[in-house]
Amino acid sequence: MPLINLVFKNIFRHKLRTVLTVIGIAIAILAFGTIRTVIAMWYSGVEASSPNRLITRNAISLIFPLPIAYRNAITAVPGVSEVSYAQWFGGIYIDEKHSQFPQIAVDAATWFNVTPENRISEAEKAVFLRERNAAVVGVQIARRFGWKIGDSVRMRSMIFPGDWDFVVRGIYTGAQKSTDETLFFFQWQYLDEQLRKLEPWRAGNVGWYVVKIADPDRAASISGAIDHRFKNSLAETRTETEQAFVQGFISMSDTILIALRIISIVIIGVILAVLSNTMAMTARERLSEYAVFKTLGFEARHLVLLIAGESVLIALIGGAVGILMIGPTVDGFGAVMTSTVGAMFPIVGVSAVTRTVSLLMALGVGLAAAIFPAWRAATLRIVQGLRRVG
Amino acid sequence: MPAPLIEINEVYKSYRREHLEIPVLEKISLTVAAGEFLALMGPSGSGKTTLLNLIAGIDRPDRGTIRIGGIEIGSLGESDLARWRSRHIGFIFQLYNLIPVLTAVENVELPLLLTPLSKKQRREHAELALNVVGLSDRMRHYPRQLSGGQEQRVGIARAIVTDPTLLVADEPTGDLDKTSARDVMDLLSRLNKDFSKTIVMVTHDPRAAEQARTVRHLDKGTLI
Repeated sequence: MPLINLVFKNIFRHKLRTVLTVIGIAIAILAFGTIRTVIAMWYSGVEASSPNRLITRNAISLIFPLPIAYRNAITAVPGVSEVSYAQWFGGIYIDEKHSQFPQIAVDAATWFNVTPENRISEAEKAVFLRERNAAVVGVQIARRFGWKIGDSVRMRSMIFPGDWDFVVRGIYTGAQKSTDETLFFFQWQYLDEQLRKLEPWRAGNVGWYVVKIADPDRAASISGAIDHRFKNSLAETRTETEQAFVQGFISMSDTILIALRIISIVIIGVILAVLSNTMAMTARERLSEYAVFKTLGFEARHLVLLIAGESVLIALIGGAVGILMIGPTVDGFGAVMTSTVGAMFPIVGVSAVTRTVSLLMALGVGLAAAIFPAWRAATLRIVQGLRRVG
Repeated sequence: MPAPLIEINEVYKSYRREHLEIPVLEKISLTVAAGEFLALMGPSGSGKTTLLNLIAGIDRPDRGTIRIGGIEIGSLGESDLARWRSRHIGFIFQLYNLIPVLTAVENVELPLLLTPLSKKQRREHAELALNVVGLSDRMRHYPRQLSGGQEQRVGIARAIVTDPTLLVADEPTGDLDKTSARDVMDLLSRLNKDFSKTIVMVTHDPRAAEQARTVRHLDKGTLI
C-alpha cells in the first residue's frame, strides 16, 4: 500500500466534492482549449498562406481597384513566375444570413495554378475555363448548401448591380487541413463582361494580384520592384507576402483576439481558485490526520507528496475530461457557425499544441493549488494538529 | 535493576497564549526502566499529556534534557526526530486516529512504509500485529465498520507493528466502554509482560492505572 494508493483513496473521500471540482476543471479546460482553437482558426489563413506568393493591391486601400493592364507589367518583373488576379464580389445568397461565405471573381486560366492548395480535377478546371458563368466552390460550402455539379446559383451583390447567375462546375478540396474550403470562385471575365454592359466605368479593374515567385528569399526585392514599377502612377501599388497580407486582415480583429486571450487567462485563474478552495478545505479537515502521519514518523516531504499528488490527480482528471471534450465542442461550434452566420473560417480541429498546453495548464493549476495546503501541513506542529481531534 | 530507558532531567515546558506564558511542566525529572509499565495520572491541565508528548518526541521541552535509549532527542533536527519516532515510538491515541479510507490491515501497514520492507513483508508484519491484538478476522474492515474497542486494538497493532522501543498511550481507554477498556488494558498488560514492551500511559482511569507496574501523579506541572 504505497502512498500513491492513499492519494487515489483520498480523492474519493468526498465523492460529490471531487466530482464537482473535476467538472469545474473540465469545463474550464474545455473553454480554454476551445478559445485557443478558435484563435488558431483565426490564424489558420496565415498558416495556410504560401511563402512563394505575393499580393499586390492598391497602396491606398484594398477597396480601391487596380487596372487589369498592370498584369503584364507585373509579369515582366524579374523573379515573377506567374500572375493571377481576383476581385471581391460581396454577394448575397438567399439572404444576408446565408451570405457569410466569400465569393471571389478570379482569372480562370491562372487561378488554380497559383493556388495549388485548392485541389480541382483537370476536367472541372477545363469546364471552369470554358463556361463564362461557371463557379468552383469549396467542398464545405457545397455540403452546406447541398450544391452538386450542374446546380444553378443566383446571387445579388452588395458591390455590383443586378442578379448574377452561376452554375456550379467544380468542387475543390483543400490540400491541407488549414486550407479554406468555404470559398466560391467564378470567372473574373464574367464579372468584367457584365460590368462593361451595366457600369462600364468600373470595368477593367481587379481587386488584387496574386504573384507567384520562384524564390521566396527574394520576396522583399520583388515586392519592391513591383511597387517601384507603379510609383507615381494613378494607382500606386503595395506588394507584400501573402502571409503579411492575411496577417493584416487578422490585425483588424486584434481587439477581439486580445479579449479572447485575456478570457483564457481568467479561466485558468478561475480553475485555480476552484481547486485551491477544494484543497484548502481538504487540508483543513485533515490537519489531525497529518499530525498522526507525523507522529508515525512521516516527514513534511511525505505530506507534500500526498497533498500535491491529490491536487494534481484531480486537476489532471478534470483536464483530461476537458481536453476530450474540446474536439466535439469545436465541431459543434463549427456546425453552429455554419448553420447560423455561415462558415467564417475553416474548422481546423484541435491541435496537439492546444491539447498539450491545456494539459500543462491543468498540471500547473494542480501544483499551484497544492502550495498552500502543503505548506500548512508541512509546517504543522504535531501537538497543534492532534489537539484538533477533539 | 535494569538500565533506564527514559531519562528526563529538569524539564520545563510552557505554552504561549497571546502574550501570556503558561507554565505546564516545571523541573520534571524522571527515569523509566526498560520493560517498565508506567501510568501517569493527574487532574486535567496537570501536564501529563504534555510530558507524554515530550517523551514521544512530538513536542520539545523549553529547558532540560530527555534521553531515550541513550539518545538526547531534544538535539535532533526535525527529520532526524521523525525518523527516530518511526523506529522507536509506538503511539496509541485516545481517539484511535485511524485513517478512515484505509482498511485495518492498511492502517497497521502505514508505519512500515517508512521501512525498507517489501510489500509482502509489510503485509505479513501487519497481519501478525493484527493477530497479536486478536483482530485477524477484521483485517479488511474499514474503521467505520469496527467498534471503538476494535478500532483501539487496530491502533495498538499499528503502534507495535514496527516493534518500537517504547509504547506511549494517551488515555487509551478514555473513549471506550468498560468491557472494551478492560480488553485494551489486558492487551497492553500482555504486551508489557509477554513481549517486554516498555509502556508509558496517561490515564484518568484508576482501573486502567491498576494494570501498570508504576503509577506517578502529576499536579500543576510537577511530579508528586
